[in-house]
Amino acid sequence: MEFGPFLLLALMEGLVTAAVLALTASGLSLVFGIMRVVNVAHGAFFMLGAVLAWFTAQWVPGPPAVAFAVALIVCPLIVGAIAALADTAILKRLNYEPEATIVATIGLLYILEQAALSLFGPDARPVPAPFNIRLQLPWFGYSGYKLAVVAAAIIVLLGVWLILKHTRAGLVMRATQIDRDTARAFGINVDRVYAGVFAMGAGLAAIAAVLIVPIQQAHYLMGGDPLLLSFIVVIIGGLGSLRGTLVAALLIGLSDGVISTFFAPTLAKIIATLVVALVLVFRPQGLFGTRTT
Amino acid sequence: MSNKLITPNPSRRAVLGGIAAGGALLTTGLGARFAQAQSSAPIKLGFQLHRTGIGASYGRWYERTATAALKVLNDAGGINGRPVEILFEDDGTDPKRGAEVVEKFATQHKCDIGFGTLFSHVVMGSAPRAGELKLPYFVVSEGHHVASGALNRWTLQPGITDVKSQVLSMAPWVLQNLGKKVTMVFPDYAFGHDHRDYFTQAVQANGGEVIAQVAIPPTETTFTRYFPKIPRETEVLYHVMVGPAVLTFVKELGEFYGTGARPEIFGFIDSLEAVNIASPGLEFLEGTHFWEGHPRYLQEGASEAELAYRAAVGVDDTGASVSDPADVATYAHMFSVWETLFAVKAGMEAAGYQGPDDRQKFVEAMEAIAAFDEGAEHPQGPKVFNGKTHQAFGLQSISKVEGGKLKRVHQTTMEDGFYPDEVDYTTMSF
Repeated sequence: MEFGPFLLLALMEGLVTAAVLALTASGLSLVFGIMRVVNVAHGAFFMLGAVLAWFTAQWVPGPPAVAFAVALIVCPLIVGAIAALADTAILKRLNYEPEATIVATIGLLYILEQAALSLFGPDARPVPAPFNIRLQLPWFGYSGYKLAVVAAAIIVLLGVWLILKHTRAGLVMRATQIDRDTARAFGINVDRVYAGVFAMGAGLAAIAAVLIVPIQQAHYLMGGDPLLLSFIVVIIGGLGSLRGTLVAALLIGLSDGVISTFFAPTLAKIIATLVVALVLVFRPQGLFGTRTT
Repeated sequence: MSNKLITPNPSRRAVLGGIAAGGALLTTGLGARFAQAQSSAPIKLGFQLHRTGIGASYGRWYERTATAALKVLNDAGGINGRPVEILFEDDGTDPKRGAEVVEKFATQHKCDIGFGTLFSHVVMGSAPRAGELKLPYFVVSEGHHVASGALNRWTLQPGITDVKSQVLSMAPWVLQNLGKKVTMVFPDYAFGHDHRDYFTQAVQANGGEVIAQVAIPPTETTFTRYFPKIPRETEVLYHVMVGPAVLTFVKELGEFYGTGARPEIFGFIDSLEAVNIASPGLEFLEGTHFWEGHPRYLQEGASEAELAYRAAVGVDDTGASVSDPADVATYAHMFSVWETLFAVKAGMEAAGYQGPDDRQKFVEAMEAIAAFDEGAEHPQGPKVFNGKTHQAFGLQSISKVEGGKLKRVHQTTMEDGFYPDEVDYTTMSF
């Protein structure tokens, strides 16, 4: 294929990766930034969103677009509720100690994965896309739905930003992030903030999964890759910095698209991991992170 | 294995101790070998099943096929007049767990043989352990690793043709009818490498040329980014893909070519096993060709054995489950489970098999078998069995998608798939 169209395809693929990654990673980043919890079960919440989207597609009658719209609203809510429950039942009882929460979320990851295996089964199951439009370019065809995913991700991220910057809930979250004890002294119910943030982080992963599942199919092991890439993005962007997460997601997504199209996807992962190592050595706080004491 | 050793409130130390003790018990083989099976005791076959992991859709159907074949076998009087039992054990389609399952069969369940392993990386991980434990191990993986000599005398593949033979027998037809310049897309592990190596050789031998090879990791979930590597001058696109994402693979291939010009497409049905060919997005497959080990759609003039087999495993004329049309079978491959079970029966009866002490005699009897005739026990067709290479050879089908159905347009002959022996397992020690 000629260089121009080749690059175009690479960038389009990269953009889709970046969009989904930005959603997933911003969930992880929120949870870390505000709660200081490294959520290893984040990929499992992603998987849960996709699996629930499949169930919704089975149960909701009518055209696929209706079922998809329902899934886009219902799945993040259910996943968020499960996350909030996990927060109050497990993480809170561990007093959010860093080591303990890592182990606990690993356990949560296995519980969720095995639950999906038991209830959903070991097969990959397709979820119909809400619409089937194919763009026929002179050199290759491309799924119109994939481009819609990019647009939807931008809208959701904009929504997250608006919530954080311009609502009372966002203000409370930011206050808790800056200083948990002072926030509590000002009468903020930190427990409830934490549960809400954990739910929101998981919900973002679930939204990303619902968006991606018509492209990728739901499978109980699908959470591994998004988890790894989200960690890469969050570390490069700076732990807890939402802006850094977005920039890093765009960087990693686009470079992943270009490198894996022109060379090999494995090389893209190698380079991303190498960048993480370099960032950790030379700028441990990440590109946009601030040094914490 | 360690569950039984755990007391209700174990301390970590106690659990670790228990695990260590359990492992020691197993490796030293405290449970003495089944000294002398009683003549009426059932013969126990261990089935290494891909119930979970990336091979799960195969596993689901392999379990059904094995269960159906077992019923036919036992209704006809079992083996040597003894009833037969199959123990299913999940290996998660994972090589490491595969080896553990083999070990469980040999030491814990005291199975007479192990069989049923499909994915070639799991075979590669499990077969050496079977050799060490001297457990006859019957694989159904299509991989060339049995006939290449990479494994051991205890490992046999009497139920399905290996990839090398499959591609050798079909390459002439592909090159004559579809085109000479071939691009190959295959999974990047043992099974895919067999395709890459032997189809490329066969193409060259038949005056064609493989102009590009695109290897895709078997756990990949998105494929569009690989397709630009298919050169524009490609005349035939040869694809074979496995794992849970096969539907995504074919869909994205369709999106990529869209309504524009595309090469002729020849695929291994592996890329579509357990997937309904009428799924939205697969319309572009109309007019393309597929290899099928065993035609998914009931073909005209099907034998009675084929009809009986199809009914026994619960598959309708379109290759889906009779109870759920959305549950499409891995029909092109699963006959191998059925046929392997009856090959085992033939071998055990020839050896006068009584119990695990006769395992060596049993393998030698298998090696003496030269052929299996087409019939109720071998519904896919006749097989030639090479006792030296432990490998079966059969007939391959090339089908074309016409009106959303697969219709056989060519069947190879037995001789098309022969190649010189690369190993003589009968000269190896047990």
